[in-house]
Amino acid sequence: MINKAFTQTATLWFMRLLTYCIVIVIGYILFDIVKNGLPVIGWNFLFTNPERAGAAGGIFPAIVGTLCLITGTITVALPLGIGAAIYLSEYARQGRFTQMIRLAIVTLAGVPSIVFGLFGLGLFVFFFKFGTSILAGNLTLACMVLPTIIVASEESLRAVPQGFREGSLALGASKWQTIYKNVLPYSLPGMLTGSILGVGRVAGETAPILLTVAAFFLPRLPHSIFDQVMALPYHLYILATQHPDMALVRPMQYGTALVLIALVLGLNLGAIALRIYFRKKYTW
Amino acid sequence: MKNFWKDHFIKYLLQASASTCILIVILIFLFLFKEAIPFIKTPGLSTLLDSRWEPVSFVQERFGILPLFMGSLLVTVMATLLAIPFGIIAAVYISEVATPMEREFFKPFIELLAGIPSVVLGFFGLMVLSPIVKTVFHLSNGQTALTGAILLALMAIPTIITISEDALKSVPSSYKQASLALGASPVETIWRVTVPAALSGIIAAVMLGMGRVIGETMTVLMVTGNAPIPTLDPLESVRTMTATIAAEMGEVANQSPHYQALFWIGILLLAITFTLNFIAQRVLKKYQRRS
Repeated sequence: MINKAFTQTATLWFMRLLTYCIVIVIGYILFDIVKNGLPVIGWNFLFTNPERAGAAGGIFPAIVGTLCLITGTITVALPLGIGAAIYLSEYARQGRFTQMIRLAIVTLAGVPSIVFGLFGLGLFVFFFKFGTSILAGNLTLACMVLPTIIVASEESLRAVPQGFREGSLALGASKWQTIYKNVLPYSLPGMLTGSILGVGRVAGETAPILLTVAAFFLPRLPHSIFDQVMALPYHLYILATQHPDMALVRPMQYGTALVLIALVLGLNLGAIALRIYFRKKYTW
Repeated sequence: MKNFWKDHFIKYLLQASASTCILIVILIFLFLFKEAIPFIKTPGLSTLLDSRWEPVSFVQERFGILPLFMGSLLVTVMATLLAIPFGIIAAVYISEVATPMEREFFKPFIELLAGIPSVVLGFFGLMVLSPIVKTVFHLSNGQTALTGAILLALMAIPTIITISEDALKSVPSSYKQASLALGASPVETIWRVTVPAALSGIIAAVMLGMGRVIGETMTVLMVTGNAPIPTLDPLESVRTMTATIAAEMGEVANQSPHYQALFWIGILLLAITFTLNFIAQRVLKKYQRRS
């Protein structure tokens, strides 16, 4: 009997230990980057152009480049994704067409990022002749984030109780009026948080922009969407693997990693905080 | 009447935006093949079965995908084997054992891990993990398949946890109550009743995690050393399919056989991840219907 109780407790503690192991590893990764990156961060680092192939100066163009990519990607993907989600949750009937859309979404979600890069290179850079540009990168990243936005938006549309729709329809409103006035306002917070999470992931992606947007060293700001830009993840990759003088650029590497991680995790934390806030606000 | 037309117009607009997903998938297949197909004629498809990847050579260019495929396979299998115990046990712990407060803390934390960009993980691997691997195994170079696998396991763990947890949650509580009523301890109930009942969902979770690992590019590009030599030794340097595309696409001459060979690698990758995802979704769907 004592033996059984002992096994029980030992197993539980073992499970607890493994779970906390994961937490500790994540914590250590963040700690290492913050500890080594923080001393570098300052006005100069954040707001000046890089010099001597990234060994000196700042990372301003890379920050601007990444922000360009984020805003452009949202602009393309959000309307498309939300539109698709509204169709799937409010209009679509069970059938072959709907099944095909769902299969397409699942397939897109599983396509490796480097394959999206090849696709963007073939279609946007060469076929549409956009060249290596912000536009080509935005469109490629938008294709990548689309499934995340659709799935999150559909889930939040489905969470709105059916009665909201029935009440509005019973009062004589048309289907679109019902959706627009009585469903969308309640599902918008959920849609946004899901989309921010998706975009946060995309902001840190390197492989697709490697082939479609990124310039290694371009110490100026972009003028149009047909320009190349520097981007934080690509800048970090170059500094960490291609630079001739590793010891010299070490602080720059950590600084770039910290800014990138702060940007991406900041977006994620913002989305999670929003979700908690709205979950408390809307309960039915 | 005006409303009627407006409603119809909007419906078709929404339908069109949903259809773009299908369009994108078709375009992906179309354009990968469009760039890759000329390869069939000049070097010929059989050259892809060569045992060496030497795309730039003065003597004889060789486009054997095999060493790259083996590199991907080795890293993926090791990463999955590492991620399975951690991912599943953590999922069981979070869903069945953890206090509500612990759960509130774990869930965002795991999402945080999923949010760390792969290039940052690769950088961490280069700075911290690879020196550790080097000293522990007395190697001359810490950039090995094992280094990559450990980091990729970290990327697979959040996927495995999230989806397994959903599966565990949807096991009817009557199962657990029946087991407890028969005198089984909570731990026995977890491992003999709850986990077996959720097994298909857990398997799907592992497959989706694998899909993520095999398609991962930057981390392996940075930490596995990139030697395109076929090996099954975890302490050797390997080069994966994804890393090859990322490393070589920038320097390759447009429309050359080398360029086309890289697109063939992309097609192979797409086929593998598509199959893994397709099976996992089938399993998950069957599972949802039952619960």
